[in-house]
Amino acid sequence: MSLTLEQVHRVAHLARIEISDGEAQSTLGQLNEIFSLIEEMQAVDTRGVEPMAHAQDVAQRLRADRVSEAGTIDQRAAFQEVAPETEAGLYLVPRVIE
Amino acid sequence: MIAASLQVLARALAKREVSSVELTHLYLDRIARHNPQLNAFISVDEGCSLAQARAADERLAKGEGGPLTGIPIAHKDIFCAQGWLTTCGSRMLNNFVSPYDAAVITRFKAAGAVLLGKTNMDEFAMGSSNETSFYGPVRNPWNADCVPGGSSGGSAAAVAAALAPAATGTDTGGSIRQPAALCNLTGMKPTYGVVSRYGMIAFASSLDQAGPLARSAADCALLLNAMAGFDERDSTSVERPGEDYCREIDAAAGDRPLAGLKIGLPVEFFGEGCRPEVMHLVEAAIAEYRKLGAETISVSLPSMQLSVAAYYVIAPAEASSNLARFDGVRYGYRAPEYQDLNDMYSKSRAQGFGAEVKRRILIGTYVLSHGYYDAYYLQAQRIRRLIANDFAKAFGQCDVIIGPTSPSTAFKLGEKAADPVQMYLSDIYTIAVNLAGLPAISLPCGFAGGLPAGLQLIGNYFAETQLLNVAHRYQQVSDWHVQRPAGFD
Repeated sequence: MSLTLEQVHRVAHLARIEISDGEAQSTLGQLNEIFSLIEEMQAVDTRGVEPMAHAQDVAQRLRADRVSEAGTIDQRAAFQEVAPETEAGLYLVPRVIE
Repeated sequence: MIAASLQVLARALAKREVSSVELTHLYLDRIARHNPQLNAFISVDEGCSLAQARAADERLAKGEGGPLTGIPIAHKDIFCAQGWLTTCGSRMLNNFVSPYDAAVITRFKAAGAVLLGKTNMDEFAMGSSNETSFYGPVRNPWNADCVPGGSSGGSAAAVAAALAPAATGTDTGGSIRQPAALCNLTGMKPTYGVVSRYGMIAFASSLDQAGPLARSAADCALLLNAMAGFDERDSTSVERPGEDYCREIDAAAGDRPLAGLKIGLPVEFFGEGCRPEVMHLVEAAIAEYRKLGAETISVSLPSMQLSVAAYYVIAPAEASSNLARFDGVRYGYRAPEYQDLNDMYSKSRAQGFGAEVKRRILIGTYVLSHGYYDAYYLQAQRIRRLIANDFAKAFGQCDVIIGPTSPSTAFKLGEKAADPVQMYLSDIYTIAVNLAGLPAISLPCGFAGGLPAGLQLIGNYFAETQLLNVAHRYQQVSDWHVQRPAGFD
């Protein structure tokens, strides 16, 4: 199997990574080499094998639906200090609704 | 002093023969002198380190210190540390000063250790040579033309050159063990779930595990004692009673300390693929293990050959999901110019991520996309099961599995950088362990052409104490691990 240039552009769009035609071209070659390595898997008959998502077969731990940081200081300012752009406690992004 | 074990340092600190401030100064000076050549550290903060050292000295003066109190430790720049730049080796986080501490950082702080600095790494831990870092490649102290391995290459180079007594790393496909092998260190990847992932920037969450990089198995055991433990903030942290990872090492033993131990030698580790000079050293180490009383038997891990293929589906798939959070909104890099929201995302991510990270995000996005999920992601998970089953069967016949850590010694900078597939294949002996979630350790087993080689020991789930002891017994009868590179005295 090999990818097409169009598929590379499509995947880059899905991943929200801007990619030029030149980059897409060189990426295509690299991805196809990687996928030829990955294709080795396809020769294996895995019918009846249960997929393993995780190293430990344990169930998800549950917790009470409570604010865990209640009673501690408001950390909003600390967390927003590292944001590219904020105003009045809000994150600023380009307008999405006209 | 710079070549001393952690136990010796702890004793000197406890007896007040040296203060933590003096020790911290010693290493900060060494970093200032040697880091321009090695590029092992991304950031140091002398003021912060010395403040922690002074606090440690106060604890020690009151006789309240533990085994790591006052000891400076370098941390891979993947661990969030409050008030420290935490870059993960990426331009994306070039301006990220973490507002909180990772669990590993919190635990070392509680133990009284001093945060000596943050070490260089492959960008988002994606690499085997430390060449994908936005902050430039790290050089191997044994040969400046060679890579230190990766992704924990900065941590490995720092400890190898004695710019730190010990360091932390993370291992998703071999990122602790391979740099340990290439830099003559002892490095351990614990069982998945033993060390909390809280505050450790995620790459592939079902594989990522933190562990120690140090000069001996005994040092690693001390570090793991501080690092391991249940943490409810990590949804996959394992709930089990705490244990003393030093206890088998500290136990008295005769001249055949490993009598009764069954070592499995997988035929797949001893076929072609490994350089003969490395294999020769591994076989010599195995002969030494027989002298220590161990018995060796042949085992088989037939699905291991598929581990690289399965890994390069599973790890990128998880990475593409984990790295979706870097969108230029809440933290990290935002492109200076853009048209609209989507353009802002796409440009920020295109400019903030390096080539290898983008490649893996694209692979992951593709294998998870509609129509390809079953053929790639589900098939990879099924192969993951086969690999885990192989190990389970092997551990029915033996206690520990031994083989090489890496098929070669350190390669030259630039040698594999342009060929991702060749780079991926250099992790052939380490990746299967992450897929199965098992613990493993790499330890020095000799030199070929002046460069160190690593021996890998793989244990059953939660067999860290035993693995550390099996490594330690070899280090009691060998001196490879005490060899140090020239030019760093």
